[in-house]
Amino acid sequence: MKFTLSWLREHLSGDYTLDDVTGALNRIGLEVEGVEDKAAKLRGFSIAYVVSAVQHPNADKLRVCMVDTGAGEPVQVVCGAPNARTGMKSVFSPPGTYIPGKDMTLGIGTIRGVESRGMLCSAAELELSEDHDGILDLPEDAPVGATYVDWIGLDDPVIEIAVTPNRADALGVHGIARDLAAAGLGTLVEDAIAPVAGSFPCPVSVTIAADAPCPAFALRLVRGVKNGPSPDWLQAKLRAVGLRPINALVDVTNLLTLDQNRPLHVFDAAKVQGSLVVRRAIAGESLLALDGKTYALDETMCVIADDKGVESLAGVMGGEESGCDEGTVDVLVESALWEPINIAQTGRKLGLNSDARFRFERGIDPAFTLPGLEMATRLILDLCGGEASQVTLAGAIPDTTRVIDFPLDLTEKLTGLVANEEEQVAILRRLGFTVEGNVGTVRVTPPSWRGDIEGKADLVEEVIRIAGLDRVPSTPFPRDETARKSVLTTLQLRTRKGKRALAARGLVEAVTWSFVPKAQAEAFGGGQPALALANPIAADLSDMRPSLLPGLVRSAQANADRGQGDVALFEVGQVFKGDRPQDQFIAATGVRRATAKPTGAGRHWSGKAGVVDAFDAKADALALLAACGAPVANLQISTDAPAWFHPGRSGTFRLGPNVIGHFGELHPAALETLDAAGDGKSPLVGFEILLDRIPEPKAKPTRVKPLLELSAFQPVERDFAFVVARGVSAGDLVKAAAGVDRKLITGVNVFDLYEGPGVDADKKSVALSVTLQPREKTLTDAEIDAVAGRIVAEVTKKTGATLRG
Amino acid sequence: MPVAALPDLDALERELTAGIAGAADEPALEAIRVAALGKKGSVSELLKSLGGMSPEERKSAGPAINGLRDRLNEALGARRTELKSAALARRLETERVDVTLPVRETPTETGRLHPISQVIDELTAIFADMGFAVAEGPDIEDDFHNFTALNFPEGHPAREMHDTFYLPTREDGSRLVLRTHTSPVQVRTMMSKKPPIRVICPGRTYRSDSDQTHTPMFHQVEGLVIDKGATLGHLKWILEEFCKAFFEVDNVKMRFRPSFFPFTEPSMEVDIQCDRSRPGEIRFGEGTDWLEILGCGMVHPNVLRKCGLDPDEYQGFAWGMGIDRIAMLKYGMPDLRAFFEADVRWLSHYGFRPLDFPTLAGGLSS
Repeated sequence: MKFTLSWLREHLSGDYTLDDVTGALNRIGLEVEGVEDKAAKLRGFSIAYVVSAVQHPNADKLRVCMVDTGAGEPVQVVCGAPNARTGMKSVFSPPGTYIPGKDMTLGIGTIRGVESRGMLCSAAELELSEDHDGILDLPEDAPVGATYVDWIGLDDPVIEIAVTPNRADALGVHGIARDLAAAGLGTLVEDAIAPVAGSFPCPVSVTIAADAPCPAFALRLVRGVKNGPSPDWLQAKLRAVGLRPINALVDVTNLLTLDQNRPLHVFDAAKVQGSLVVRRAIAGESLLALDGKTYALDETMCVIADDKGVESLAGVMGGEESGCDEGTVDVLVESALWEPINIAQTGRKLGLNSDARFRFERGIDPAFTLPGLEMATRLILDLCGGEASQVTLAGAIPDTTRVIDFPLDLTEKLTGLVANEEEQVAILRRLGFTVEGNVGTVRVTPPSWRGDIEGKADLVEEVIRIAGLDRVPSTPFPRDETARKSVLTTLQLRTRKGKRALAARGLVEAVTWSFVPKAQAEAFGGGQPALALANPIAADLSDMRPSLLPGLVRSAQANADRGQGDVALFEVGQVFKGDRPQDQFIAATGVRRATAKPTGAGRHWSGKAGVVDAFDAKADALALLAACGAPVANLQISTDAPAWFHPGRSGTFRLGPNVIGHFGELHPAALETLDAAGDGKSPLVGFEILLDRIPEPKAKPTRVKPLLELSAFQPVERDFAFVVARGVSAGDLVKAAAGVDRKLITGVNVFDLYEGPGVDADKKSVALSVTLQPREKTLTDAEIDAVAGRIVAEVTKKTGATLRG
Repeated sequence: MPVAALPDLDALERELTAGIAGAADEPALEAIRVAALGKKGSVSELLKSLGGMSPEERKSAGPAINGLRDRLNEALGARRTELKSAALARRLETERVDVTLPVRETPTETGRLHPISQVIDELTAIFADMGFAVAEGPDIEDDFHNFTALNFPEGHPAREMHDTFYLPTREDGSRLVLRTHTSPVQVRTMMSKKPPIRVICPGRTYRSDSDQTHTPMFHQVEGLVIDKGATLGHLKWILEEFCKAFFEVDNVKMRFRPSFFPFTEPSMEVDIQCDRSRPGEIRFGEGTDWLEILGCGMVHPNVLRKCGLDPDEYQGFAWGMGIDRIAMLKYGMPDLRAFFEADVRWLSHYGFRPLDFPTLAGGLSS
């Protein structure tokens, strides 16, 4: 909402400055977005008299002018304007002046051999209009030497405020003035609205269809008007706030919109056939609106139609066909009320914004429907002459009167601000509220223009915003006396520990979009219609991600494209398996590309880093799980990872029946889908863990750790080399060996793995080191041999392995 | 047995001592020891000869020979130590490395946390100290939790303040949304917990908006207090304490301006005092500029009612701000869009090391 300071002064008398106004607006909740003072940058331009203008000796199109600037001797100026002539008055800028229209600062120049000490300016150079055909040609009475902007009255700052959706009443200058007056700045100038008595009945009748979202519709004819450009004061007013003057009739409606928050519409009566009906549009109808565009209408929208068809889109925009132009003689003036939600929906559906829509959808003052029409009539008669009919009103002006019981102590109870009863009542009355009673609980009736006031909390807001929020005392709010236990849930703790565990392994945390292209969603187990955005912002941000891998792999590739090929990234964030809350999981996912090993990347004097492999991803995942407190020892690892992993170099983690996540090398086809296959020499490995799937830890009865048992006896290590079919997992051998005596065997490690000469082609050699920890006495050789025998037997039984000869 | 005259012990000692001193290495030294003190060594022979002596002779020769033996042992030991350390020194001399060679990069030095994670941890530290828990909720929300319960009437222009992402319309005509703020988490909290409530709700939020300062996905943190006597004055104090702790300044001046949000009444926007006179840098706690950082207010009675709380019994306040935005203000990133581009150069520069866990004791960012 824009208005000028002088416009405000019409509604708000008193002695105040621009700073007073902007300060007060901010304090009362009408946030100042900006103040444009056009005059400020035009201070250097003054009115001058062209003493003589003669042909430039060396240029056909230039003139050499002697200019009286009102300050001493005339100044020589070279001017290219075709209208420069002896005896004219124009606008002069001396050297050193910034010329806004040219974005340059003027110097002393020599043009084709003639010195020029300043410039005569066009309106375009002052950014006052687009007219750059010639220099400004001022009337004879323009005072030489005076500052041009002062003389034309441009010295009027334009204030722009952001009006929140609840404050429709502040979408007119009068309403803004009322708020400022209530806050103690100036005195509101009440508009004296003298109704215009109609001298004949309105010849056009109006009916409102039963289902039309229109409580009231007032109409009157003004006949015999002379339409044309509106007077300068009106044009200047509209132009100052960015509106283009059209003609007097249209300008009057725009003035009422901005001045009183009362949008109106004018029809050229000659172009209206028969009577008007306010009704829902019929599917298939369309309207060529005043913005020159044709809109297809449907039955949710409300229109004003005559016998020919739709003439206006209710509360949003009028039709071109029945619009007023310079030839209009009889004008129908409409002042109506519309249901805000219907206006909002219509505007949104059609993508049509207008000052009228903006106001009607926020709700305007119903009680001002008829006074607004009277004001408009008076202005039309003043500007265009003519004769007004009586007003015809269809529907009825709704009575929005409601009474709110307001306990005055609520203000302090809610806000801590102490305002005595007298002050609170006075504030409400200044804002136009009717208040019955002075103490305790008062009965408050909001004014008709404050449709947003629903209850007592709204009244508290009115009181404190006018009293001043700086009076709300900062009041310490100590924490309660509950024990200082963790405020974080297990999942939250896991998230933050997991992030730092991964970063500690050299991975860099990324935050990627929650939406991915459909093809990528599909390639990673998603892409179902329920998770595709209805209104994506871009085609490649269309589907909710089923996995963090697409985003991370794409990011890794983007880094590689920038020359950072050895990249290790992770992300912890939501993934979407469905649209219900329980289908949204927190995943922790990482990728490593090329040689981004945990032990260091790239070439190094100590040895070149190898390329990343599935075990790097597995190690990352296990470190993450350990940091999250998952029972890592109980993890089962199987080879059934999803299709986006390499089928032979990937695994799945399970705890009991629950899949916790996957790890491994990415499938080349998946990389192809992500446009990240590269040259094939830079493998990409990754893991994805669903943190929600890690079971909650068993509640510990105490924080005390179990007693440490240290054995007094040396542990014993025994090595075994098994030959086993290649398809058997090493993990199965480890499991079998460890299961022989869970008390005695405290560790099983795979310390060698061999395939090749000396071992059958379909077999491999797996060497295990088993640690035995005696607890009561040193083991005898016979006892050790007995355990070793059982280990061999058990491994053979479970896996078909034989001890290597 | 004839009494042999004792050889010149002094001469023998001189000879052996010189030999010991001159022994070049341990084998040479050992040869001297064997020659003197071995089974048939010269000094051993002398010791053996003591048995054949008369008591008188033994009385004088015994101490002399034993003394010689002890001194020789001592000299041998000393020389052996000398030779050992010399040999060690020679070996170590050959074992030099170039210690100026670079080591492999340390993972804890190369790994980084995203500034958003770091700032969420900072927020958690500050508000946990004031007794707040952290609440979270789903990114895909229903209309009730994102709008209706928060007093956004259907079709109201306030809904247009949020450029909402929608999921497809379902069979029953409803459609889910990507949450436009983290306020639905407040709703879920109020509906599932009995007051008193103190929570912050950090998380991802979405609006279909994209330009220099807007991304379709961003992060918000909201706070909620529901109690019987929680006032706007308390909110003011909490926000002041937060700003001081977060921006790590002794004092921060705040300006509260009336505003509008459907879910609070009264509603306010908050500016903080700062100095923006230095290009690319904002200093808080000084200066004459104002910067809007958050919106807040008293929870609207309609919201309390929708969440099953009686507004005549309970009241409270809520606030919300952009995590990305306050991260930019505190740490000086110039462009929001870079937050989501996963450029490792940016992440390495603006990210945080894994062991830089923010604590109040450590002043959060130190």
